[in-house]
Order: sequence, then C-alpha cells, then structure tokens
Amino acid sequence: MSLLDYFRTSKPDVQSANLAKDRLQIIVAHERSLRNNTPDYLPQLKLDILEVIKKYVAVTSDQVSVQLDQRDNNLSVLELNVTLPEE
Amino acid sequence: MAEIIVVTSGKGGVGKTTTSAAIATGLALRGKRTVVIDFDIGLRNLDLIMGCERRVVYDFVNVINGEANLSQALIKDKRVANLYILPASQTRDKDALTKEGVGKVLDQLAENHDYIVCDSPAGIEAGAMMALYFADIAVITTNPEVSSVRDSDRIIGMLQSRSRRAELGLEPIKEHLLITRYVPERVERGDMLSVESITEILAVPLAGVIPESGAVLKASNCGQPVILDTESDAGQAYADTVARILGEEREFRFVNVEKKGFLSRIFGG
Repeated sequence: MSLLDYFRTSKPDVQSANLAKDRLQIIVAHERSLRNNTPDYLPQLKLDILEVIKKYVAVTSDQVSVQLDQRDNNLSVLELNVTLPEE
Repeated sequence: MAEIIVVTSGKGGVGKTTTSAAIATGLALRGKRTVVIDFDIGLRNLDLIMGCERRVVYDFVNVINGEANLSQALIKDKRVANLYILPASQTRDKDALTKEGVGKVLDQLAENHDYIVCDSPAGIEAGAMMALYFADIAVITTNPEVSSVRDSDRIIGMLQSRSRRAELGLEPIKEHLLITRYVPERVERGDMLSVESITEILAVPLAGVIPESGAVLKASNCGQPVILDTESDAGQAYADTVARILGEEREFRFVNVEKKGFLSRIFGG
C-alpha cells in the first residue's frame, strides 16, 4: 500500500467475514442436527409403534409423531406424540 | 503396515490434487515409502501435477480389473526416492471402482509402503466415497469461503459415518484441517474468514494453512509438486503441514500480515 492508497482507503462498514461466519454457524448446526438426530432405525421404529397402537385405537400414521432430541451429550429424549381420535 | 491418508473436501477446485502431490512428496522427502493414488476416474490430473503424464501406461482401473499388475502401473518419481504414483483411468467412469477391488489394491500396496495418499475427486458420489472409505487419516482441504466450509462439514459427517472405521466401530479416522488459499491481508480487512473462525465452525484440529501463492500455479505449470519449491511460502507451509501430520509441533507461519517498514509504506511494494 503506497501513501496515496493510504488516504484513499475507507474502512468498510460491514465486515463481510463476520456475516459469513454467522451464516455458516447457523446452517452447519442445522445440517448437523439433521444428520445426527435421525438414526436409521427411526422410521421403522415409528412404523412398529404405530402397529402396536393400532391394535387398540384406530389411528393413522399422521396422528403419531416420533422425535429424537439430543439435549446435551449425555441425554437423548425419545418423544412420542399420539393424537387420539375423538369418539 | 501402511497408513492410508485421504485428501478430501467435498467442493471442487480447493486444492486437493495440489495438496495430495505436496503431502505425498513431503512424506517421501522425510524418508517414508509413499504412494499417491488418483481416485478421480475419468478426470485424472494428479499425473500432470506430479509431472509424469507422459509416463502413464497402465492405471488404477487396469490393476483392479487384473489387466496389469501393480509394478507395471506404478510410476516411480524421478526426483524423490520412495515415491510412486498410481494414475486414474481416463477412459472409464467412477463405477469402475469397487470396494473389493480398491481394498485388494490397497492391501497389496500396504505391504511395502508406509503411507498411501488417496487424492479424492470432488463431490460425494461413488469415487469420493471410495477414496475415503479405507482411510486412517483425513486431510480436509478447505478454502476460507462459505461454500467450501459447508461442504467440508458434510464430508466430515461422511468420514464419521460412511468410512470403514465407522462401519466396523473402530477408532475414528484421524482428522486434520488444511486451509488453502489464505490471504492474511483480506482477513485483517474483515472480508475473508479467519483461521480461528473456520476451526471454530468445523471443530477439527488444524494441520496447516497454505497462503494464496503464485508458487502454486508456477509449480503446476512445471509439473513440480509445490513442496519442492523450498523458497516459496506455499512450499514451506506444506513442509510444516507434513511435519504436523507426522506428529511434530510447528509454529504456524504465513497466517498474519507481515508488518511493512516505514519506507515501503510510503513507496509501496
């Protein structure tokens, strides 16, 4: 950088690298949660649970939701939600 | 028993082949018996970067199919002892690689080499999966740029779930992050992701930072792995990287803006 440049340069208002970092942190965390929190067996598990519930109550697959949440490193929560049909 | 190193990235054009050539040459310079394999079937380029394109007779796929044996296909480097190149096929497609075939060739190479460097193709298709499947060590090559960092994160996921070590429940692949095409001036100005930001996002130990350098293009023009240009910043940064992969401690160079003297500030340069 020469003397002339020294006077010419104006500091950019937005530091685009910070924006890049923020965007990356969000998308990477999202993509990691997709790949870590859905084990291969989850769809089959959902089907099996549905079969069991069907024996007793008339439900369809969209009335049952199965989710696995990673709360922290030592705790995973398997959440099962069944919407029971109104009589 | 040889250790298998995959040079991978997900994204194309970040410097995988340049890195494979440099690391393989660097390991051989350190006295390790090394072979570097081009996994980019149909688009071979490692031969050009290594400067042996006119010596290719048989290739990786010929060996897998039993049309040639390894000693016929391996090209011995003329500059560095203990270094061999196994070129990719230029005429077949990526389906020519099978797990059994690749595994057999790697087993055979492991008998009389210390390191097998696998130059992965870009993407996450069959060729790239095959290059990383047998790895013990991964060098994840990343540019300080959003799409490259994101793709690297995806590849890290693959290393942790789709490799042989993951499938067999063995100790995971040892991961090394290599940042290439780094420009400290732009980082200081705030328009390029810093080493710290990238390592924080990817959470992989840093093995090297290669500065953006004219030496890389010059080296590829001449078919000389850039690590042989010991005067250049990129060559020295690759030599440091090889040392770190071998477990040595090296201070990081070329990551900060060099402070200019008063005179060069005024007159430029």
